[in-house]
Amino acid sequence: MIHAHDSVIVRTLGRILIPVAQLYGCYVIVFGQYGPGGGFVGGVVLAASMILAILIFGQDADDSWLARVALHGDGLGLLIFAGVGGLCLIGGGQFLNYAHLQVPGLDEPARRSLGILATQIGVALDVAVTGISISISLSSEDEDEDEDDSDGEVSHA
Amino acid sequence: MIFELPLLILLLTTAAGALVVKDLVSAVFILGSYSFALSLVWALVGAVDVAFVEAVVGAGLGTVFFLLALFRTGEKDTRIHRVPVPRIALLGLPMLALLMLYGAGDLPVFNDPQAPAASHVSPVYLENSLEETKTPNVVTAILMDYRALDTLVETIVIFTAGIACALLLRGRGK
Repeated sequence: MIHAHDSVIVRTLGRILIPVAQLYGCYVIVFGQYGPGGGFVGGVVLAASMILAILIFGQDADDSWLARVALHGDGLGLLIFAGVGGLCLIGGGQFLNYAHLQVPGLDEPARRSLGILATQIGVALDVAVTGISISISLSSEDEDEDEDDSDGEVSHA
Repeated sequence: MIFELPLLILLLTTAAGALVVKDLVSAVFILGSYSFALSLVWALVGAVDVAFVEAVVGAGLGTVFFLLALFRTGEKDTRIHRVPVPRIALLGLPMLALLMLYGAGDLPVFNDPQAPAASHVSPVYLENSLEETKTPNVVTAILMDYRALDTLVETIVIFTAGIACALLLRGRGK
């Protein structure tokens, strides 16, 4: 369990830096077709910014519905990737052959481009959530120690 | 040539430093700087995508994971107990390095268009990827379209790593 950092400098810097890093991550994902980058790198940048947020503001800073469900996002990313492949199967082609995505009004290269963009978003979602999930796993404490501590306090009181 | 020699020295220094330093936290930071120097090497030889991944994963996320893992361990575990180097390693490893250098002499020259890696299937990708996929970055077109199944399985590997870490490390019943 990561607790919030109480230094004003760290919190202020985090407030400024984290949105910039997240915007850059999204830019890298979308721009990956035109320059260096792509889903994997953009996902890692997003994961790094979220890990920074967790380290600064603590793991339980946000108890909304989205924060509780967000850790299942790695499965969703994988589902997007494999689902695009499945849509190609339904469209009458081979698995992950984006030319058979049934999108009206697009010719074959544009469909491939769209398929690349969709799968990149899937990869980015999977990588980002997996990075956050591994860092939370690494910083989780053992159940036994917590129980020992509480038992000790009770007996002491 | 101006950049190659300083980069080689930087790589060798950081790699040796990560090995000989006393405690593991310093070794992790030196390993991160090694990754960053290696990303500069990738950028120098023109592999910008690989350089990007190396900088972000090796110097960024990998360092964070190593540090989080180290903070869970005790003080006595992060101290390194060095064993004396056996004599056969001192003798054998330089001979192995000489053998590899001898083998490296037969590798094709950098930028050689007749090299086996550049003459089999990569011309097809380079010539056709822009018309076929409307994607100017050939690396992305190969990773996400021509070799999409490989990338899918890679993503499954990352997914499995996340699930395995959660199963092994998080407390039971949470």
